[in-house]
Amino acid sequence: MEIQFILNKKQVSVEVNADSVLIDVLRSLGCKSVKCGCETTNCGLCTVWIDGKSRLSCSVLAAGVDGHEVTTMEGVEEEAAEFGEFLAAEGAEQCGFCSPGFIMNVLAMMRELENPSIEEIKEYLAGNLCRCTGYMGQLRAIQKYMEKRQSPVIKVREVQG
Amino acid sequence: MLTIGNYVKAKTLEEAYELNQARSSRVMGGMMWMRLGNARVKTVIDLSGLGLDQIEESDNVIKIGAMCTLRQIEESEALKSLYGDGIAEAVRHIVGVQFRNQATVGGSIYGRFGFSDVLTAFLALDTFVELYDGGTIRLSEFVKRKPDKDILMSVIVRKSKRKFRYESIRQTKTDFPVIACSVVTGMVHGKETWYFSVGARPMKAELLEKQWEIPDDASEELIADYARQAAAEFTYGTNMRGSAEYRQHLAEVLIRREMSSILAEGR
Amino acid sequence: MSREGNEKELRVVNHSVPKVDAKSLVTGKAVYTNDLAPSDCLIVKIIRSPYAHALIKDINTTRAEAVPGIECILTYKDCPDKRFTMAGQTYPEPSPYDRLILDQRMRFVGDAAAIVAGTSEEAVKKAMKLVKIKYEVLEPVLDFRKAKDNPILVHPEENWKSLCPVGADNKRNLCAHEVTEDGDIEAVLASCDYVIDRVYHTKANQQAMMETFRTCTYLDAYGRLNVVSSTQVPFHIRRILAHALDIPKSKVRVIKPRIGGGFGAKQTSVSEVYPAIVTWKTGKPAKIIYTREESLIASSPRHEMEMHVRLGADKDGNIRGIDLYTLSNTGAFGEHGPTTVGLSGHKSIPLYGSAEAFRFTYDVVYTNVMSAGAYRGYGATQGIFAVESAVNELAAVLGMDPTVLREKNMVREGQRMPAYYNEFAKSCALDRCMERAKKMIGWDEKYPCRDMGNGKVRGVGVAMAMQGSGISSVDTGSVIIKVNDDGFYSLMIGATDMGTGCDTILTQMAAECLDCEMSDIIVHGVDTDISPYDCGSYASSTTYVTGMAVIKTCESLRKKICERGAEYLDCSVDDVEFDGQNVTNLKTGESISRQEIGNRVMCFNNEALSASEAFSSPTSPPPFMVGIAEVEVDKETGVAEMVDYVAVVDCGTVVNPALARVQTEGGIAQGIGMALFEDIVYNSKGRNYSNSFMQYKIPSRLDVGTIRVEFESSYEPTGPFGAKSIGEIVINTPSPAISNAIQNATGVIIRELPMTAEKIYRGIQEKKG
Repeated sequence: MEIQFILNKKQVSVEVNADSVLIDVLRSLGCKSVKCGCETTNCGLCTVWIDGKSRLSCSVLAAGVDGHEVTTMEGVEEEAAEFGEFLAAEGAEQCGFCSPGFIMNVLAMMRELENPSIEEIKEYLAGNLCRCTGYMGQLRAIQKYMEKRQSPVIKVREVQG
Repeated sequence: MLTIGNYVKAKTLEEAYELNQARSSRVMGGMMWMRLGNARVKTVIDLSGLGLDQIEESDNVIKIGAMCTLRQIEESEALKSLYGDGIAEAVRHIVGVQFRNQATVGGSIYGRFGFSDVLTAFLALDTFVELYDGGTIRLSEFVKRKPDKDILMSVIVRKSKRKFRYESIRQTKTDFPVIACSVVTGMVHGKETWYFSVGARPMKAELLEKQWEIPDDASEELIADYARQAAAEFTYGTNMRGSAEYRQHLAEVLIRREMSSILAEGR
Repeated sequence: MSREGNEKELRVVNHSVPKVDAKSLVTGKAVYTNDLAPSDCLIVKIIRSPYAHALIKDINTTRAEAVPGIECILTYKDCPDKRFTMAGQTYPEPSPYDRLILDQRMRFVGDAAAIVAGTSEEAVKKAMKLVKIKYEVLEPVLDFRKAKDNPILVHPEENWKSLCPVGADNKRNLCAHEVTEDGDIEAVLASCDYVIDRVYHTKANQQAMMETFRTCTYLDAYGRLNVVSSTQVPFHIRRILAHALDIPKSKVRVIKPRIGGGFGAKQTSVSEVYPAIVTWKTGKPAKIIYTREESLIASSPRHEMEMHVRLGADKDGNIRGIDLYTLSNTGAFGEHGPTTVGLSGHKSIPLYGSAEAFRFTYDVVYTNVMSAGAYRGYGATQGIFAVESAVNELAAVLGMDPTVLREKNMVREGQRMPAYYNEFAKSCALDRCMERAKKMIGWDEKYPCRDMGNGKVRGVGVAMAMQGSGISSVDTGSVIIKVNDDGFYSLMIGATDMGTGCDTILTQMAAECLDCEMSDIIVHGVDTDISPYDCGSYASSTTYVTGMAVIKTCESLRKKICERGAEYLDCSVDDVEFDGQNVTNLKTGESISRQEIGNRVMCFNNEALSASEAFSSPTSPPPFMVGIAEVEVDKETGVAEMVDYVAVVDCGTVVNPALARVQTEGGIAQGIGMALFEDIVYNSKGRNYSNSFMQYKIPSRLDVGTIRVEFESSYEPTGPFGAKSIGEIVINTPSPAISNAIQNATGVIIRELPMTAEKIYRGIQEKKG
């Protein structure tokens, strides 16, 4: 069957099977940032946005996104790089394999929650597993990113540059 | 591996129901669990275009569409104003935000899974399910039925002055529960009535109803006695997350804590 | 310890530099194996044994081969009958040669029975269902305590072989056996006031790196087998594949792209042989991507060990003798079996410097469960849980603060370590680590526990750890640095960055040595055709071993740059100096830039301007650390929750503090998982229940509490800039420290991991009597 949806702000139309899973379709469309870590909806690596909400692309039927809007890291690369600098400054991307899914959910959180507390951050991101970092460096990166975003005078780029 | 022949996004409930009468048809919720099975499904029916994704509040009931996500009930102001943080507590441990943005209330309830927090929570409340063909029946009755070819349209919670508590024990914070307990109390036909629902025993949640008049200032010992009685009326099993004996102990502890918390509120 | 030759302020080393590959990782670029695999790869999948022990009587592939798109179906009849090991170790490997690519005998549930390759996943899956295999089901050996000298043999085959004298005997289900001792342990223990005599049990654990095992293979223009693989040991993979396929090593090239974590899992050749044999037989590109389930049932987890400790002390708390017997379960195959077990004693007993005698005995046995392998800590983690727990039990018996008991007994700088091959602790800040960790957690205020009300009690617990820095007299790292046009450098390494950041820290060292910016150096990921030999990234070797090779190479290269500069300046090499930018004739002030030298060597030149050196060390200097856990226990339910974990590490000079901190935090989080949650559970038939992330629970960010890390550096005179290793030691303290915190909170001592709430609850019930 043919489905049409908006992928990273561009209209795409693609032939899929009834049981095609979104992650496979996205990767075949060149969105290689989307990773599979578990197949059982436990790890968060395959996080993408559907209509702006974080979802697990390993468990979404591609057919179901017909008429919807899908965003992967390829669609928010600049913003990902901006937060990514903070992550890298902590060394907290480590192997990087969980980074795209993690960053997508961080950016979703930044849209959804205003000034989240540490506990709220941990809860929001609980579905993003990471085996390298022990999570503390990710938390430091988020806190520093939030500080810089809230500071009206100093812009992120200047501080980093 | 799940294989699917056709995907149909139903345009009407009637269409969905008709399609679902075929033996190899399945209605999809969030696709969280169905995908992990090995079924060969001829037609999968998507209900997402039928407006079943709303939480509607009226004077007497809160009606939760079957396609509402767990995240929606977690954040529902209507449920919060009635039951405090209880409903949110019941779902916030479930894997992660992405999962809860996807898993549906209908999928959780229809599946009648042993580990279901959602079922455990709603079972203790004054809850009905609305079925396309079977009309509106009590959730406690629906739970006992075998899965059939009807379509679950919504979960309806009757508004009444009831106090609700939910607690669970998990190995990791986002794991399936080792045990899940909800306790509800309120006046039913003029009598103080307690409802206990225990899930993840590891069998699916069951409901216990007791007309117990317990004073708000009941001693801890008295409450513990009641909790012991309540917990003892459920059966428990052993799996890799815990033994039957430990589960019963946990149920007793959680029920006692929940009862204490409810009674303390009345003081 | 003096810091001769290092008085100069460090400019790049010891600074938190972002990783050189960070940008591509955080923007999700296609840099991993599956991202790079050609789109026309055959999909390779394995049909796996449903039985723990069986013989294949018949395989019928006729119907499966008829499925459109199926390229080949391989069975044991198609594979060479020469045994090899999948362990990524230096040749001759201590691990026995007990593997075939496919074997007629199935040795665990999940063992490879057949390989199916086809043009699409659908075709392969369909064909897999149509392959009919008849098994003769045999009785398995599932209890590792009953494996030794069991009449049922896991490896009865005649062509099984052990290359090294490790005490292996396949006719006894024995993969290794050894006794080492110093002093008369029985006499010492007999004369001790107290002897703690206890048995501890650690389970198999999964490394659970986020990227599962995966390999893609193709033939190049020369007809050679090219292998792109997620591995920690590219050069070992080259040898293993040559052995497995029975082809010359010259026919194999291994390329390592970015790796989504390894933690030792990828020190075993788990996935490479399958697409390799498909490509070799068909000539077509092929790839295998392990599912998470396969990664959890047919991989290379930590060795399950049971350790019997006898720890003797006098009444003042002087530890006088340690006797340790370790029984290790290597599972169906012997990868890393003979070596991991050694660390259970060699990296635990030496923590106690003043013991008069020790004995360390071990048996490693075959059983019919998934083969074990290398996992961060590599046996030390298991041994340290046992010995440190025993020390904590001794403290309780003596009524002594366990930190004070350790201060009395811990190994000190300069001491000889008899149980550590008689090496000397040339750099050791363990005493400072203890002091600082106690301050960080507020030990004196919190020990042993605080009642929090509501039935909750918070206890604190402590443990120490050590590891090594590479395998002494074995591990070899070599490095090439080339000068290119405009004078930029190519740093060629064979060490394997698997997310850990070695591409970065080795570049930092080179930039420091060459007095240049990191941006003046490009670093190349491993390609066995191009990179200089390196045994790979394991055994905590990279910073220390390959780091020293970088330093040696830089020294040689500086000399060559001076020589070349002098030649171009037409003066004596004795008169010039290289400051990183220019070679200057100190007599005339005349100079030539590195840029110009780089350009000039590309014209009318008879000697390439590059240097290459190798390094191997006769010693393996241990890093040390102290970990203190604060755990809150619910006395009614037994639920233990992490509150706080402080760690102070002596890894010598910290090459990159940000990366070292994250390594430490990550290792501690894995250790917390091991301590509290992670377990591989088999049923009575040997089926693995822990086959998904739904059932094998690694910690989420809600499960680890707060982890705080500081460094207390010694200076290792044999290491690069005084550095030692960091990668593995960091997983060793959580299990014993958390156990001790639970002990101090409740009086309950858990001697078998993981320490689940139910075990704690039962312990509390028993204490109540």
